[in-house]
Amino acid sequence: MADIILRSISHSYTISRGAADSADSAADSDEYVIRDLNLHWRDGGAYALLGPSGCGKTTLLNIMSGLVQPTLGQVVYADAGADSGADAGADGERDVTELPTRQRNIAQVFQFPVIYDTMTVYQNLAFPLRNRGRSKADIDARVREIAGMLDLTEVLGQRAIELGLDAKQIISLGRGLVREDVAAILFDEPLTVIDPHRKWVLRRKLREIHRALKHTLIYVTHDQTEALTFADEVVVMHSGEVLQQGSPEALFIDPAHTYVGYFIGSPGMNFFPCEIADGAALVAGHAVPLPAPLATRAAQCGGALSLGVRPEHIALAGPGDDGIEMLVHRVEDHGRMRMVAGAVGEHPIKVKLTEAVEVGAGAGATLRIALPPARVRLYEDDRLISAAADLGAAAAEASTTGAGGRDA
Amino acid sequence: MRKSTNQWAWLLVTPMLLMVAFSAIVPLMTVVNYSVQDILGPDTRVFVGFEWFRKVLRDPELHDAFLRQLLFSGAILAIEIPFGIAVSLLIPRQGSWVSASLVVLALPLLIPWNVVGTIWQIFCRTDIGLAGVVLTGLGVDYNYTVDPLDAWLTVLVMDVWHWTPLVALLCYAGLRAIPDAYYQAAHIDGASRWAIFRYIQLPKLRGVLIIAVLLRFMDSFMIYTEPFVLTGGGPGNSTTFLSQFLTRLAVGQFDLGPAAAFSLIYFLFILLFCYVFYALVMNSGPET
Repeated sequence: MADIILRSISHSYTISRGAADSADSAADSDEYVIRDLNLHWRDGGAYALLGPSGCGKTTLLNIMSGLVQPTLGQVVYADAGADSGADAGADGERDVTELPTRQRNIAQVFQFPVIYDTMTVYQNLAFPLRNRGRSKADIDARVREIAGMLDLTEVLGQRAIELGLDAKQIISLGRGLVREDVAAILFDEPLTVIDPHRKWVLRRKLREIHRALKHTLIYVTHDQTEALTFADEVVVMHSGEVLQQGSPEALFIDPAHTYVGYFIGSPGMNFFPCEIADGAALVAGHAVPLPAPLATRAAQCGGALSLGVRPEHIALAGPGDDGIEMLVHRVEDHGRMRMVAGAVGEHPIKVKLTEAVEVGAGAGATLRIALPPARVRLYEDDRLISAAADLGAAAAEASTTGAGGRDA
Repeated sequence: MRKSTNQWAWLLVTPMLLMVAFSAIVPLMTVVNYSVQDILGPDTRVFVGFEWFRKVLRDPELHDAFLRQLLFSGAILAIEIPFGIAVSLLIPRQGSWVSASLVVLALPLLIPWNVVGTIWQIFCRTDIGLAGVVLTGLGVDYNYTVDPLDAWLTVLVMDVWHWTPLVALLCYAGLRAIPDAYYQAAHIDGASRWAIFRYIQLPKLRGVLIIAVLLRFMDSFMIYTEPFVLTGGGPGNSTTFLSQFLTRLAVGQFDLGPAAAFSLIYFLFILLFCYVFYALVMNSGPET
C-alpha cells in the first residue's frame, strides 16, 4: 500500500518518452493531451476523476497503471508508512514511471467488462494469481474469499460468458481484488454499460469493498452524480489539466475555476462579467456588495473578472432592497423547488427557488433577486480569486473531508 | 397486425425457384438419373438400381484415392490452420507496413489456379526451376515427376503457399476485432504472451477459425486444377485425388453410370462432414 504521486506529467501520443526536451514546450503544444500535471493520491482514499470526454482522464489512468508511458514526468509510489520495497529510495519513494504494467501493484477495471471467454468464474478470478506463480492452495483460498465478498460463490463453477454484464463487471473487479499486493484499483467508467437500476447496487458494493479492504480507488467518470456519490475527493480535469482537487462540498461551494463551477451542480454556476468599484462588483449596472478582503484582492487583479454564484444561493430581494432585475424566460416546477431561467441584462441566469417563494407570473415577468455576498465568488481569467481568509478555510475543509466516509 | 393468408408469396418466389432449379436441381437430377442407369447406346438404357453405387464403393482404386484424399486434407488443415494463425499474429496492427503486408499476402489468392500449377511445375523442375535446381545442387535427391513422396510434398507445399494467406487474412480480421481493453486487462493480470494467445486471441478467433477450417476442408477435398497441372495425378497414382479420379472415370473412360454414382457419394460426404463439424463446434461452445 502506498501513495501514488504524479509529478509534472505531460503526455503526447505522438512523442515518445525521452524524445521531448522539457515541460515548457509541452505546456503550449497542441500535441499534448496531458499538460504538466501534478497529483497526489493518498493511500486508501476513494477518488473520482471527473471531466468531459476527451479531457485525458483515461490517458492519466493508463499512465498510472503503466499501459501508457508518459512523455514527460514521473510516477512515484511513496510509502504511506508500513511498506518498504526492496528498491525503495532513501525517503521511501519508488519511481515506477518506466516499470511495465505487470510489475506494478495496480488493478484496472475497464468500461466494458473484460472476462476470459473460455474460463469459468473461478478460473477468471484465479488467473492473475496463476500468472504470478502462486500455489494452488493459496489461490483457492484467496479466490473463495473474494468470491464470498462479491457474492460470486454460487456461480464460481459457471462459465463467465454466460453471466450478465453487471456480473461480468464484478468479475473484472474481482480479478483486481484477488491480488493481495494491489494498492490501487482504477476504474475507467465502469458502469457505462450497466443498467441504471444495477448501477446503484454496484456502486454500493464498491463502497463496501472500499471500507473492507482499504484500497485506493480511483474512479474515472464524466457523470458528476457518480463522482460526487462515490468519492471522498474529486479531481476535476479539463483539456489535460487538473482544475481542482477537493471534496464534493469544496467543489460545490468554492469552485477553483469557472469550468468546475459550470460542470459541477445541476444546473451549473451562473457567471457574469463584472467590474470592481467601491468595494462592490458591478454586474449589468447593479452593485453587488462583496466581503472587504475579497474586494481588496479583486481590485488588484488585472485580468478579466467574472462573478459566479450558484443557482441555489440566489434569493429574491427582501423588502427595502432593490435587488437586481431579472427577466423571466421560463419557470419549471420541480416539486420541491422551482427552476427559473431568465436573463440579467444580456446575461442568461438560472435560479433555484424553494417552493415557499411565490414566483408570480411565468415568462415575461421580472423578478428582483439578491446575490448573497458570502456566496458570491470572483474569478480572474476563469481562476478563483481567493481572499486570504477564504483560502485557509477552503484548504482546511478539503483536507478534513478527505478522510470522512460518505455513503453512495 | 392482422394476418391474412393468400398465395401471392409463391408467385414472388417463383423466379428464384426457377433459377435454383436450373442451376442446381436439374443438373443434380441428371446426375441421379445417370447413376441408376446403364447407358448402352444413344437410345438404349437399362435401369440398374444401386448397382453402380455398389460397384464404386467396392472399387479398390477408389479406396486408395479416398484415403489419399483424407490424408491430404488432414495434412492441409494441420499445416495451414496453425501456420495461418502464426502469420496473422506477425502482421503489424498499425503503421505503414499493414497494407504492404496484406497485399503481398493476398497475391497467391489472386492467381488463377491453373497458373499456380504451372508456376510450381516450372519452379520445381530440376533442370531450370529455381527450387528444383537449388535442391539438387544441395545434394537432395529430388524429382517430383519420378518420386511419389517428392510429388506429394510438392503438391502439399504448393497448396500451403496458395491457401495459407486465406487463413491468415481471416485470422487477421478476427484479431483486429479484439478490443484493446482485453490486452490491457491481460497485462494487468500479469498474463504471459502465451496466456494472452491461449485465453484471449484463440477464443476470440473461434468464429473465423470455424469458417477457415470449413473452407479449407471443402476446397482441399475437391482439389483438382493444381495437381492436374503439376503432376497429372502421377507418378503412378500417387497424387490422384478424388476429383481427378472422378474426371478420369467420367471423361477418360466414359463410365457415366459409376461416375455419376460416385459424384453423389462425393457430394454427400463433403456435405455430411461439414454438417457434422459445424454442429459439433456450434454445440460445444458459447455463442459469441
